[in-house]
Amino acid sequence: MRNIATLLLLGGLSFLLLVITGGLLFGNPPMLIGQGIQQAAPTEVGAANIVTAVVLGYRGLDTLGELSILFAAATAGGLVLGSTRGRSGRPGGFILRTGVDLLFPLMLVAGLYVVMHGHLTPGGGFQGGVILAAAFFLPLLARPQESLDHTWLSVIEALAGSAFIALGLAALFEGRAFLTPLFDHGVLGALVSSGSLPLLYLAVGLKVGAELASLLVRLSADDEGAS
Amino acid sequence: MDPMTLLTLLICAGILFGAVAAVSMGNVVSAVIAAGLTSLFAAVTYVILSAPDVAMTEASIGSGLSTAIFLYAINRTRRQEHEKDD
Repeated sequence: MRNIATLLLLGGLSFLLLVITGGLLFGNPPMLIGQGIQQAAPTEVGAANIVTAVVLGYRGLDTLGELSILFAAATAGGLVLGSTRGRSGRPGGFILRTGVDLLFPLMLVAGLYVVMHGHLTPGGGFQGGVILAAAFFLPLLARPQESLDHTWLSVIEALAGSAFIALGLAALFEGRAFLTPLFDHGVLGALVSSGSLPLLYLAVGLKVGAELASLLVRLSADDEGAS
Repeated sequence: MDPMTLLTLLICAGILFGAVAAVSMGNVVSAVIAAGLTSLFAAVTYVILSAPDVAMTEASIGSGLSTAIFLYAINRTRRQEHEKDD
């Protein structure tokens, strides 16, 4: 009886979804805001990467919300996982250690490049931050007894988060809305352009990187030290 | 059919294959790797559909970071299970 009810519910739901999907105009955007932003963004925000213009310029508040969600998740994860003391794993093999030594600077450069060029090329603070977190985590994989300094990670995370909000508040002092891009737009496509967007993305990248790195460090820590 | 469409269809088949493998595999570690593969194929699809920003996020978070977190979580829970058995 219950199975039949579930089947009926599923059938009705899929029928509804199919009807809605059949009514959609594919490849024919019904919304005009996307086209409007594409036309206005290069002159209004000055970012060559229009996704960044939307993420930090037009929808900066959403990005702040995203950051706070990530912060809450990382805090809750850290709370569940406990302290980071007591790392006593075996060191990795020769290939792992050599590979990590080779990869670490490359990943550092790649992560910083993705963060700093977020307003020019695809990528930005979130993606670059994840690469940075992975880069700082790799040495721990090879040499588990050398712990990453957790105080510094917290300090970087807190400073970056405050910097993001401070940049948003600075716009208020100039009499504009919260998180409005500041400064001059500069030349479209230049590294120093689009006002305060690169600074905002640098803050996002450092915050995300520090947060995820500390989460990974906590995950890899030994249970004996925690309990 | 032009080669680009064929390639897209092949990669989409890869997504489906990875997802089914992730659900049906008995070994947890293999299932996590299959889920990472699904994310990687999805990232390639995003590049083909000219959404490189989303592709970078999917590749770095979906197939990189979450796979690592899953593997560590499996490692920790397994160790606790062993301790219970002892």
